[in-house]
Amino acid sequence: MSKAKGKSKGRAKTTASAAAPRSTSTDAPTGSPPVSDRLAPGQLKAQIEAAVEGARIEVVLNPAVPGQSSLVVDPAHAVAVARFLRDAEDLKLDYCSNVTGVDWPDSVVEEKVVHPERVEGGERTVEETIRHRHPGYLEVVYHLYSIPLRHGPVILRQRTANRVDDTRVASLTPVYRSAEFQEREVYDLYGVHFTGHPDPRRILMWPEFEDHPMRKDYVEPDDYEYEPTPNAEVLGKARRHYPMEGTE
Amino acid sequence: MVVTARNFVGSYYDPDRLPTIEYPEKRQKLPENSRSFPMLIFDGEDPEAGLRCVACKICEKECPPQCIYIVAERDSRGRAVRHPKIFDLDISVCMACQICVEVCPFDSIKMDTAFEMAGRDRFGAMLLHKSELAKSDAYFHSIHPSEAVGSDARVEHIKKPAGRSQAAPAEATRKAA
Amino acid sequence: MSKVTPFPGQAESGGGADQAPGGMQYEVSRRPGVTDEDEVLEVAVGPHHPSTHGVFRMDVKLDGERIVSLKPVLGYLHRNHEKLGEQTSYLGMMPYTDRLDYFCSLTNNWAYAIAVEKLAGLQVPERAEYIRIITGELTRLFNHACLVGFLLHDMGTMGTPLMYAFREREKVLDLFESLTGARMMCNYQRFGGCRNDLPDGWLDEVSKLVAEFPRWLDEMEQLLTGNEILIARTEGVGVLSPELAVSAGVTGPSLRASGVNYDLRKVDRYGIYDRFQFRVPLGEKGDVFDRYMVRVLEMRESVGILQQAIRDLPGGPVIDPRARQRNFMPPVGEAYGRIEAPKGELGFYLISDGSRRPSRFRVRAPSFVNLTILEDLCLGHTLADAVAILGAVDIVLGEVDR
Ligand code: SF4
Ligand code: SF4
Repeated sequence: MSKAKGKSKGRAKTTASAAAPRSTSTDAPTGSPPVSDRLAPGQLKAQIEAAVEGARIEVVLNPAVPGQSSLVVDPAHAVAVARFLRDAEDLKLDYCSNVTGVDWPDSVVEEKVVHPERVEGGERTVEETIRHRHPGYLEVVYHLYSIPLRHGPVILRQRTANRVDDTRVASLTPVYRSAEFQEREVYDLYGVHFTGHPDPRRILMWPEFEDHPMRKDYVEPDDYEYEPTPNAEVLGKARRHYPMEGTE
Repeated sequence: MVVTARNFVGSYYDPDRLPTIEYPEKRQKLPENSRSFPMLIFDGEDPEAGLRCVACKICEKECPPQCIYIVAERDSRGRAVRHPKIFDLDISVCMACQICVEVCPFDSIKMDTAFEMAGRDRFGAMLLHKSELAKSDAYFHSIHPSEAVGSDARVEHIKKPAGRSQAAPAEATRKAA
Repeated sequence: MSKVTPFPGQAESGGGADQAPGGMQYEVSRRPGVTDEDEVLEVAVGPHHPSTHGVFRMDVKLDGERIVSLKPVLGYLHRNHEKLGEQTSYLGMMPYTDRLDYFCSLTNNWAYAIAVEKLAGLQVPERAEYIRIITGELTRLFNHACLVGFLLHDMGTMGTPLMYAFREREKVLDLFESLTGARMMCNYQRFGGCRNDLPDGWLDEVSKLVAEFPRWLDEMEQLLTGNEILIARTEGVGVLSPELAVSAGVTGPSLRASGVNYDLRKVDRYGIYDRFQFRVPLGEKGDVFDRYMVRVLEMRESVGILQQAIRDLPGGPVIDPRARQRNFMPPVGEAYGRIEAPKGELGFYLISDGSRRPSRFRVRAPSFVNLTILEDLCLGHTLADAVAILGAVDIVLGEVDR
C-alpha cells in the first residue's frame, strides 16, 4: 500500500478511503486465511474434548500454511464433534465448504540410527538402518467455515483403519447437507464407505464401475482406441494392447 | 419489444449495433497476442539448417498433454547433435496452451495464429512434422511483431557462443542471408 | 397490457394434474385397478436436453405435472481432472483449470494461483493484483449476462436475450484474446502474478466497454425486469431458505439471493479486494427471480469495481521475479485457497510432498455443490419450473463433472 501512495496523490487518497472501513470493521479478520485465536488447533482440541465425551482429537500441523492446521477426529465421535462445532456459540462453523478424500498408501520410511555398542574392550558406534512401515489409510478432509462469524477454516480429518477392507468413516451429511454429494464423490473415487449417509451411491462413475480411480494404486485400463500419436508412453500402451499394430 | 425493435433497426444504421461480419469476405484483424498452435522458427532461408530448436526436449517434458515428440539428430559417431531429427506435434492433442513457448529457453517454438485448418485425414494430417511446423522468422515478425523483436535479440545473445560448435550451419545461413 | 396469466397450470400453483398446459380441462379416465402409485411417470430429462446446459441428466418422477422426485445424474463429462492434477506439474495444471468452468477460465486460473501462492508463500505484485481483479470482474460480468440469457432461453424466449448477452460477451472475449491470446482457454495467471503485461491500448478498450456496459444492462432490464411473463415464471419458484442454503453449502449469487450476506470478496478479501468499494446485493425470498435480480445488481457493482481498478491501476512488474514456473516445487504441506468465482466459491485444495507434482489436487467446484439442493428446490413444482430452477442455479458441466 505504501507503494501506491508514492505514485500519485489521487491514488493515495482512494487507497486511504478504501482502507478506512477496514480498520473499523469488526466483522472479519483481514488477510487470508483469517486466523483467530479461537480457532487455534490446540484451543479447539481442548474445547472439543471437554464438550464431546470420549472424543479423541489429534492435531496435525501444516508446515506450509500455518493457519490451516487440522484436527484428526475418530470416526466414532465425528458426528458429535461436527455438531458441536456447528452449534457452539463462539464457533458457529455452519458451513462445510469442501469435503475431499486423500489416499495415503503404505509407505516405508528408512531411518539411519547411530548408536554406541559395547564390545569387548571398549565401545564403537554402529550404524543401523531401521525400516518403519507406515500402513496406509484413506483420509477424508472437511473444511469448515462460519458464515455468521466469518472465520475459518477449521479442518477436520477422519481416517479409515486401512485401505483395503475397513474403509469406514462416519458421514457428516446429517450435520452438513453440503457433504451429501461430496461424500458420494469421495466414496466413488476413493472407496471410503460413509456410515449414515442417506444415499450412498456412485456419483461420477457409472454404477457398474468397480474400482476407485483416484486411489494411488489404480491402474488405468488401456482399452482405448489406438490413434497414431507421437507420445512414446501412449504408443507403448497401445502396442501392449494391440500387439500386431505399430511396428517401428 | 421496443428494445428488440431498436436493436433490429439500429443494426442497419449504426455499425456499433451490428456485431457480426460476413466472414470469408471480410476478416477481423487478429490481436497480436492471439494464438492457435505452435510452430518452429527458423532463421535465414533454409528451414532445416536455420531451425532454432536444439532438441533440448524441455518442451516435450513440460507439455501438459504430452503431444510433442522429439528425437535428436546424431552425428556419425552417434553423439547427439543440437538439432532435432524428428519433431512431431500432434495437434489433435495439443490444447494451444502456450506452455511450450514459455519454457523454451531458445525462443524456438512460438505460437502460430493460423486457425483455418482442415484436412481429410483424421490421423496423419493432424500429426504435424518438422517440415510443416517450421516457419520463417519473417513470418513470425509479421504475426507477432513486438514479441519477435525481443526474441531476436535473445537469440543473437544465445547463439553467438554456441555458434562455434554445433550450430555452425545455422550461423552460416544467417550470415549469408 | 392486460393482466393475463400466461401459462395456466404452470404459473399458478392451483393448476393440478388434470389441467393441460393450454388450460383445457380433460377427463381423467383410469383403468380399473390402477392406483395413484402407478400414475407416477418417470422422465429422464437429458443427458442431451438443451436446457440442461450440457450433458447432465435429471431423473424426474412426475405425478401429473408435479415433480415428486428428482435425482441429478452426473458424470457424463467426468475425466478425472483431479487425477490429472496428480500426474502433471504445477504449471502444467494451469491450462487444465481453464477447462473446469469453461466460461470463466480466468477466475479458475486465479483460484488455482491463489492456492499455490498460499502453499509456496509467494507475493503478487500490485499491478498483477489489479489486472487479476479487472479480468476477474470482466469474467463475472459476462458470466452473469450469459446466465440471464440462458435462463430466459430455457424459459422459452427463443434466444433474443441470449443473443444480446452473447454479443456483450463477444466484446469481452475479444479483450481476453488480445490480452491472453485465447478467447476462452486463457491460461493467463501464473504463480506470483500474470503471464504478460497489458498490451497497448487494452485498458482504453476496457474502459470503453465498462462505460458502455450499463447502457446494455439498462436495455436488458427494460426488456426483462418487470416483464410479466418473467415474473410469473420466476416469482415464488424454487424458494431456497437461508438455513438450507447455508447447510447445503450453496455459494455465490444463489446463496445471496436467499439473503445470506457471504461474499468471499468481502469475507476473505483475497487479493486486494479490501481496497474497493462495492456493495453485496442480497435477495429477500430466495426464489428464481431473486437469483436473477441479484445477478443483475452484481453486474452493476462489478462495473463499479472495474472503474475503480482502471482508475487506480499502478505501474510495475506483473510477476514476482522469484517465482519459478518451470520445475516449481513448493514446500511440503497443504493449502486450501478459495475465491468468489462468478458461480460461487471455487476452491483448490493442494497437498504437496515437495516434488514437482501435487500429491493431491482437489477442486471444490461451486456448480457441483450447488446441485445438492436441486431436488429440494424442485419438489412440488412442474417440470417447466425445474428447468427455470436449474437455469438459475447456474451450472457448467465442465465443473460439475470435472
Ligand atoms: S522447441 Fe525449444 S524447448 Fe523444445 S526442444 Fe526445441 S529448443 Fe528445446
Ligand atoms: S501449446 Fe501446450 S499443448 Fe500444445 S504443444 Fe505447446 S505445451 Fe503442448
